[in-house]
Amino acid sequence: MKAAPFEYCRVANIEEACAMLAADEDARVIAGGQTLVPMMAMRLARPTRLIDINHIAALSYIRADGEAVSIGATTRQCMVERDALVKARLPLLARAVPFIGHTATRARGTVGGSLANADPAAELSLVAVTLDARLSYRVNGRTETVAARDFDIGPMTTSLPNGAILTAVHFPVWAGKTGVGFHEVSARRSDFAFVSAAAQVELSDDGECKRIAIGIGAATATPLRLESAEQRLKGGALDGAKIKAAITEALSDIDPLADLHASANYRRRVAASLASRAVADARAHALGKSIHAH
Amino acid sequence: MHIKLIVNGIEHALDIEPRTTLLDCLRDNLDLKGAHAGCEHGVCGACTVLFDGVAVRSCLMFAPQAEGTPITTIEGVTPGPGELSPVQDAFCETHGMQCGYCTPAMILVAHALLADNPDPTREDIVDAISGNICRCTGYAQIVEAIALAAERMRGANRPSERQK
Repeated sequence: MKAAPFEYCRVANIEEACAMLAADEDARVIAGGQTLVPMMAMRLARPTRLIDINHIAALSYIRADGEAVSIGATTRQCMVERDALVKARLPLLARAVPFIGHTATRARGTVGGSLANADPAAELSLVAVTLDARLSYRVNGRTETVAARDFDIGPMTTSLPNGAILTAVHFPVWAGKTGVGFHEVSARRSDFAFVSAAAQVELSDDGECKRIAIGIGAATATPLRLESAEQRLKGGALDGAKIKAAITEALSDIDPLADLHASANYRRRVAASLASRAVADARAHALGKSIHAH
Repeated sequence: MHIKLIVNGIEHALDIEPRTTLLDCLRDNLDLKGAHAGCEHGVCGACTVLFDGVAVRSCLMFAPQAEGTPITTIEGVTPGPGELSPVQDAFCETHGMQCGYCTPAMILVAHALLADNPDPTREDIVDAISGNICRCTGYAQIVEAIALAAERMRGANRPSERQK
């Protein structure tokens, strides 16, 4: 459990980091290191050089940005967990963050690191896809953006070009009477989820569903949006039977992951239950009723 | 590579390989054996130290990354030689340990929790230690120890309330 030798470089700005990354295809960027370091300890990753971006102050921030909230790539997960702007404007993110790892890993783990790692079970990737977030990255001296749903292309695989470094994520803020729900099932508290589900709804004044987003994580190779269910539920009253029917139907043709811990069939059934619960919670939350996070 | 680490208030100049984890550096270079090497890949929590007062896993950080940030290990929580911190005292009194392997990390996590939240609920305590595995106790007495330490530390900080 010892990493192979590598060269360590601490960089002061993003251009220096990009140049270093472009110069050596076996170099890796390290932010929080909460996934990369264990991968290196197990020698599943053997970078020649680690480019430490933790000291680039310009990459760590949470700020309102027009109709969105932008979060810098090296912002620690524990900062997001405690942030008042996130709590007020991104309630789904605020609800999901405590499910990421443990206090000790959230103290180091970063927002950009988790997104770029693209674990199918990552809560941050699920929330980004559910809210139609956009991701910014720096490559060849330019800043490019990509939709979250086009970012993850497979387990631990993203569409980030070679030599690019993720710099920020922009989450759209929903106005109006909005509520959120988030649930997951794992073997132990805060361990990797077998299935996770996120929902955000906006209700009209007469209680009808004006806008809805439902996402499923950990069940498939990349986070999934249940668009057909969203379409069926939009404009209706969000009663329990309708929610369950729309979600079950939307999940009928997915191709769930299967492993020692959870079969494909189990993941499909749990996804339907958790998503239904998340939508019901989101509705109750929008109506001002209290619900429990865990 | 040459680095400087600030551990338990003392600055150390070290010459290490970049791949040395903070955990190995503390144990092998600084002879601070209280940070325990359990799984060495971030699962067990036995290597927890305080990094600028916050609990982190020292096996998930390379030593050069720790340069410039104050680190506290279990050796640094006692007020003086031969004394125990209130949390250590509470662990002794409630039998909050058996083999002791997870104990330094549990105590450091408790210190970080109580610095941030002097009046934790049982749920807060359970959440705080959820990243630390103990194979002996069943956790009940660890939770009890942290609750007892919290009560005593609150009392010590607010003598006027204690007199009521």
